[in-house]
Amino acid sequence: MSFTFTEENLQALESLEKRYPSKEALMLPALWKVMRQQGHIDTEAMVAVAEWLEVPPVKVYGVATFYTMFHLEPIGRHHIQLCKTLSCALCGKADILAHLKKKLGIEVGETTEDGRFTLSQVECLGSCGTAPVMQINDTLYENLTIEKVDEILEGLE
Amino acid sequence: MRDAKIVSRRFDLPNSHTLEVAQKHGAYKAVEKAFGMKPEAIVEEVDRSGLRGKGGGGAPAGSKWKLMLGDFGGRPKYLAVNCDESEPGTFKDRQIITKDPHLLIEGIILTCYAIGSHDAYIYIRGEYHDFQKILQEAIDEAYAAGILGEKVLGHDYRLDVTIHRGAGAYICGEKSALLESMEGKRGHPRLKPHQKEPEWYFGNPTLVNNVETIASVPFIVNEGADAYRSFGTEKSPGTLLFALSGHVERPGVYEAEFGTPMMEYIEHFGGGIRGGKALKAVIPGGASTPVLSAEEVAEATLDYESLRQYGSSLGTGGMIVMDESVDMVEALKNLLEFYHHESCGQCTPCREGTGWVDALVADVLAQKGSPEHIEKLLDVSVTMNGKTICVFAPAVSGVIDGFVGKFRGEFEAYLRSLA
Ligand SMILES: Cc1cc2nc3c(=O)[nH]c(=O)nc-3n(C[C@H](O)[C@H](O)[C@H](O)COP(=O)(O)O)c2cc1C
Ligand code: SF4
Ligand code: FES
Repeated sequence: MSFTFTEENLQALESLEKRYPSKEALMLPALWKVMRQQGHIDTEAMVAVAEWLEVPPVKVYGVATFYTMFHLEPIGRHHIQLCKTLSCALCGKADILAHLKKKLGIEVGETTEDGRFTLSQVECLGSCGTAPVMQINDTLYENLTIEKVDEILEGLE
Repeated sequence: MRDAKIVSRRFDLPNSHTLEVAQKHGAYKAVEKAFGMKPEAIVEEVDRSGLRGKGGGGAPAGSKWKLMLGDFGGRPKYLAVNCDESEPGTFKDRQIITKDPHLLIEGIILTCYAIGSHDAYIYIRGEYHDFQKILQEAIDEAYAAGILGEKVLGHDYRLDVTIHRGAGAYICGEKSALLESMEGKRGHPRLKPHQKEPEWYFGNPTLVNNVETIASVPFIVNEGADAYRSFGTEKSPGTLLFALSGHVERPGVYEAEFGTPMMEYIEHFGGGIRGGKALKAVIPGGASTPVLSAEEVAEATLDYESLRQYGSSLGTGGMIVMDESVDMVEALKNLLEFYHHESCGQCTPCREGTGWVDALVADVLAQKGSPEHIEKLLDVSVTMNGKTICVFAPAVSGVIDGFVGKFRGEFEAYLRSLA
């Protein structure tokens, strides 16, 4: 299956072009558009991005695989990213993790069978003052407690 | 403790992120003043203020700005504002972009005008998606009000500001990796030149400064270098958005002047150690600064010179506070996992070394270690120091030496329980 940018995404990228000295600067913006469009970046999308940027596909591959936030394969609808770095670890991250695993019945790196949730641990989210924290897709949740986690998950379909 | 609010002055106003509120409380006043000054005079004022970079390195901003005044044969100049904020324990730039984005935009205008740039980028970490929205709204407001764009506040000066979103890579906070990333490449730091020169973006001279550094410029233009210097110490003038996380009663970001005693800061702003426990250690300025023991914390002041005496550094000013219950071997393990994950992989001592030290400490924790493990750990640490493209690996080395040097007993205790 080949990948094509939506008209809207293509236009947004084209209008960004004049802000930069070179089209190659639009690598990350283009990859973000792919992520927004289909949730992950497969080989077909890399080729499409390469064509649009006028660079070899291998260059796009090299970049797409370097950055943690780019997914190369489809993941759950809600990507739970629990911070595992020091401030969160000092403030009870382990309990939250145990609870998430039990509640979802999956280990870190796995997706629930219904495809709703993927559980990941990530490095410092820049919210150490409100630890422990997690991000679900683009939304940050701070000062987590077990009750709060239950509430948050119940609010998601 | 004296009130010292240079950057956080408007933080507590309701709707402080909007143009209306910010402008009512003085935003963009410095821009009008700046247009009445020669660009070089602004560079001079910033240089005289002693403003030091607030992204972790503490480099004098003025010296970097002066490099931008050279002759580059008419090539365009760029400003890249570093909002990658990925150093564990650091969460200050997000306060600026969410609570007073117009202060940052004002600082960007002043900086670009001073160095002769017409295009600024704000490189923001990918995870700050929701904060990025607030910043983008402020930029849109500024364009709509004629503050940004073809004619900045009606003057014959164009300035465009573009947010560039990262995608989850700590190393992209390193200034040359940041520019590589903005050029559409992997975030690999570049080899450093021998002489002082600007950074380069697609071969064009570029200034990279941290968000808070840029946000400090409006005060300096408005009030002058001497007013800035009236805060802080001789060698560390001004203020910093210091931060507290970990075991304190009230974690958060609180601006204070350099030179403030560390313990006083922790007590005054943080409300002391959580649950009335005893303090064990503080990582003073983000994960990459070597840890301080409780005795050192009691003596230290929050400035570049003081922290150097304890074999550490001020870094980003993000303090991670650890009480008596913390297992220092576990804490080190946590940080080594971070570094192992974040090494960009270009240099062998760093790519391999971060894995080795992580595995060595894992062995110690699993009580599978031998006394040689500690020696090996320190040995790998030596190999990681001073032999790599960027200072990531030397920083890891410092972290290890700090933990093992100051809390060696805790490491040995794990090994003793073997016998
Ligand atoms: C591994 C590494 C990570 C860094 N991360 C950041 C960061 O997230 N934000 C930042 O402003 N500076 C970071 N820096 C420092 C930058 O390289 C650079 O010195 C700084 O952005 C310059 O701005 P300043 O002088 O205003 O601080 C990092 C440096 C290293 C070596
Ligand atoms: S020291 Fe580590 S992070 Fe820095 S360039 Fe080398 S491998 Fe990359
Ligand atoms: S350590 Fe979890 S947000 Fe920084």
